[in-house]
Amino acid sequence: MDGKWRRFLLIGTPYLWLLLFFLAPFVIVLKIALSDAAISIPPYTPQFDLSAGWPGIVNFFSNLDFENFKWLIDDSLYINSYISSLSIAFFSTLLALLVGFPFAYAMAKAPDNWRPLLLMLVILPFWTSFLIRVYSWIGILKTEGLLNQFLMWLGVINDPMIILNTNTAVYIGIVYSYLPFMILPIYSTLEKMDESLLEAAIDLGCNRFSAFWLVTVPLALPGIIAGCFLVFIPAVGEFVIPDLLGGTETLMIGKTLWNEFFSNRDWPVASAVAIVLLLLLVIPILVFQRLLERQQEAEAR
Amino acid sequence: MRRFSWFNATSLTFGFAFLYLPILLLIIYSFNASKLVTVWGGFSVKWYAELMRNDAMLDAAWVTLRVAFFSAGLAAVLGTMAALVLVRAGRFRSRTLFSGMVYAPLVMPEVITGLSLLLLFISLNLDRGMLTVTLAHTTFSMCYVAVVVSSRLVSFDRSLEEAALDLGASPLDAFFSVTLPIIAPAVIAGWLLAFTLSLDDLVIASFNTGPGATTLPIKIYSAVRLGVSPEINALSTILICVVSLGVILASLADKRLAKTRNERAG
Repeated sequence: MDGKWRRFLLIGTPYLWLLLFFLAPFVIVLKIALSDAAISIPPYTPQFDLSAGWPGIVNFFSNLDFENFKWLIDDSLYINSYISSLSIAFFSTLLALLVGFPFAYAMAKAPDNWRPLLLMLVILPFWTSFLIRVYSWIGILKTEGLLNQFLMWLGVINDPMIILNTNTAVYIGIVYSYLPFMILPIYSTLEKMDESLLEAAIDLGCNRFSAFWLVTVPLALPGIIAGCFLVFIPAVGEFVIPDLLGGTETLMIGKTLWNEFFSNRDWPVASAVAIVLLLLLVIPILVFQRLLERQQEAEAR
Repeated sequence: MRRFSWFNATSLTFGFAFLYLPILLLIIYSFNASKLVTVWGGFSVKWYAELMRNDAMLDAAWVTLRVAFFSAGLAAVLGTMAALVLVRAGRFRSRTLFSGMVYAPLVMPEVITGLSLLLLFISLNLDRGMLTVTLAHTTFSMCYVAVVVSSRLVSFDRSLEEAALDLGASPLDAFFSVTLPIIAPAVIAGWLLAFTLSLDDLVIASFNTGPGATTLPIKIYSAVRLGVSPEINALSTILICVVSLGVILASLADKRLAKTRNERAG
């Protein structure tokens, strides 16, 4: 086997796999999003028929309509789902930052020989089942659950609070599930920080708080931004958490897509929902990638 | 010795309590004799016994293990190849497309990946079942493997490989006798990651499975939706213990390996 062939095989194998199982499926989703719904199996009428040759292609473009996308705009359910997904993801990210930053900061300040253990303890929940970790909150947040029992025992409240099946439970679930994604990048920037910079700031007249605000936070910014993206992006499309912990008021696009597909069996609309969700996420993903590249360039220098 | 303030100590305590209390409570209540999940009725292992008698659950566990095993194996091979392409192949046409396709599945919402793969399998006329779930899992987990392995490849000293080539090894020999042993910890870590991702996946499996190939997460999910059953606590406890033990052993082994290597080098 000569070098050229080897190279071809090495590049070609994963390339073809991804083309077939990653890119081609999106083309199909797009195609179905542009089709009409039909009561049949599969439940849509394809608008694009390659086997019909050139007339098929002409037919596709002459009949091209975006009715499934128009449908998304006309029915407020979809717009509300998108908006509420974005806002739930946004506030969860903010909460995760509030919980994660002090945590990461304390980890970075911990004695050197503790750190590998602390790091391991943060990563360990990430390896254990996501579904089980979300499920474990049901027993805690239920009306007769452990949290209410505990608070009533303490005497903080007299009547149990309703937390499960509300948006509050969804926030708790998202912050809990994605917290390691917030902690790890912030920790890695704080850990690399040069302590002498803080000392210099204090020598130059900063108090502890302003030194923290003017030196530590800006230096940790790449980690903060990375952590926020790592929580925000998956939270937008989240399905399991709103379904298990959320209630009827909880509207998230992942769940809407799921219902559209499995309950209403409207494949074209489900596909259109997926395409719009993808477009919504492309912007933050591109911004994130750009930031990552810039950071890598800065580190390489 | 730096001062470790009470503020830092409290953040760590509360943080870890938040991360671990739910899991701990789940484990404690799996030994609860009462059927009511929140009432303590004494210590009992009856839910574990019940679980062992639940054939549907055991079947699902077996399906899940097989899918995870095969998809992690395929993902380790394809992901390592993809990592080699990303780090080593230099420029080739449509490289941007390739790296885009490697990184995109990492951030893609599961509902979209699941839906799009299902529509692909339908248009290919593939019957949904173990095969389609395995293919789906391979596709998204190979990308995780690629990221893990490429971070190891970046710090790899290529002169070792060149030395092997100078000494007469064929490129394939050099890869298998020099490169692969050095990146092996990353490949194994990638395999483990792919394996647990597959064990854990609910959404993509739900879209791509068919009758007869119900995976454990799907089974757990439907049980949970019908109402919390104490058996699920027992099952979760077993899964948590197995995975934690695996991760701890793997990290200890890695540390050991690094230590012996350092001793040899020093």
